[in-house]
Amino acid sequence: MSSLFEGIIEAFRLIISLDPDLLQIVFLSLRISGTALIIGSILGIPLGTYLGLKPEKKTRLINKVIFTLMGTPPVVVGLIIYLLISRMGPLGVLGLLYTPWAMILAQVSLATPIIAGLTMVGVRAKGSEVVETARSLGAGPGLAAWTVVRESRIAILGAVITGFGRIIAEVGAVMIVGGNIAGKTRVMTTAIVLETRRGNFELAIGLGLILLILAFFVNSFLYNIQRGDSGN
Amino acid sequence: MKGIRKVYDREVLRVDNLALRKGQIYGVIGPSGAGKSTFLRIINLLTSPDSGSILIHGKEVPRNGAERLALQRRMSMVFQKTLLFRDTVWNNVAYGLRARGFDRTEIGRRVRELLEQVGMTDLSLQRADTLSGGEAQRVAIARAVAFEPELLLLDEPTANLDPCNIEMIENMVVKLNSSKSITVVVVTHNIFQAHRIAREVIFINQGNIVEMGETEQIFSAPREELTRAYVEGRMIY
Ligand SMILES: Nc1ncnc2c1ncn2[C@@H]1O[C@H](COP(=O)(O)OP(=O)(O)O)[C@@H](O)[C@H]1O
Ligand SMILES: [Mg+2]
Repeated sequence: MSSLFEGIIEAFRLIISLDPDLLQIVFLSLRISGTALIIGSILGIPLGTYLGLKPEKKTRLINKVIFTLMGTPPVVVGLIIYLLISRMGPLGVLGLLYTPWAMILAQVSLATPIIAGLTMVGVRAKGSEVVETARSLGAGPGLAAWTVVRESRIAILGAVITGFGRIIAEVGAVMIVGGNIAGKTRVMTTAIVLETRRGNFELAIGLGLILLILAFFVNSFLYNIQRGDSGN
Repeated sequence: MKGIRKVYDREVLRVDNLALRKGQIYGVIGPSGAGKSTFLRIINLLTSPDSGSILIHGKEVPRNGAERLALQRRMSMVFQKTLLFRDTVWNNVAYGLRARGFDRTEIGRRVRELLEQVGMTDLSLQRADTLSGGEAQRVAIARAVAFEPELLLLDEPTANLDPCNIEMIENMVVKLNSSKSITVVVVTHNIFQAHRIAREVIFINQGNIVEMGETEQIFSAPREELTRAYVEGRMIY
């Protein structure tokens, strides 16, 4: 019990003193997940918008695929990426295994279905009405699509933030494909696993606190946009 | 319009031959489900008919491409369920002008003038999705006419509005027609409204154009028994 208490005190000290090990891990996590989120958004938002504008009948199968991918356990995604990029795999020549790019690849695979799926649901609500209104006012296909994205921006923002919440807190996939190498592929979640096993609770608790704070911000943000629904 | 057929689960619209003349105000009346909205959507090139063709100034409209968009840009539609963009009143009215690449000063001039006309100047920076029904409908019409279309299609523009807003909108429509010589096709299931503002009336029932003629003639001396029943409020449906 006392070790837990001491751990918490020490964790606060690490955070407040901006401990370099801790900072390095936090920034690496944010860099990897941030990059994955940008790529996932570039892929997921157009895909979700496109699907959301199609009649539901025509996209039933792909809907099921996306919803399944949204709920796929991260370790399974990690395993598949591992098989693809390991030395014997089809992408083995790229030498991606145990690099940050492997982790980004895994997180893109986790974030894209969520962003696409939630964007699709948001766009479907009134996307075709928006397209028709835009077209009746003289918009070409490009402007009409852009107008749909703008009109669905709250749902899309929610989709992106939900995607971020999923990948920043995920441990299974990044552990498998990143390898948890100190200073190179060690992120918050994998560091917590390791330090806990070693009995170094300070760092683990410190990182845990930071993850909790991040989760709090992500979720209060989501809560606010879902309640307000008119912000910006 | 020639030989138009539109089929969903069943045939919902059939127009064998119909010509709309420039500068006219047409009132389209008929019971709900008759195909009035479908009729407007086909004219606006939003819905393609399953067969038949639409000719504008004697030329057939191509099925897609830049020429079709150019033709579509000469008309404008206000939908039965109006959708204003989640943006300011000003940006809503400016939308069609921006889509056509008007320059800033011209956009500013036209939007200001229109907001004045519809009595919305004070609300120009308010979010359009916070307006009352009547205000929203006035903005929707201002948005639809900002780029001075040759043809304005209105789908039940005054449904669910109070008498004051109804009168404002009817006056606007008549004025747009007379001052800018915009051709208007207005769908309404309020036959009195058709009587008030239309010069010609088209009566659609179950996807067919039953009768088309001068407003006075349709109301006082309809050729078809069905038309008489409808305008006298005796039609059973
Ligand atoms: N997109 C659609 N899919 C299937 N049926 C439709 C669609 N749009 C309209 N309909 C059907 O076509 C008929 C005519 O509709 P509509 O043109 O909206 O009538 P009105 O505007 O006169 O009330 C209705 O029976 C309606 O259910
Ligand atoms: Mg209708």
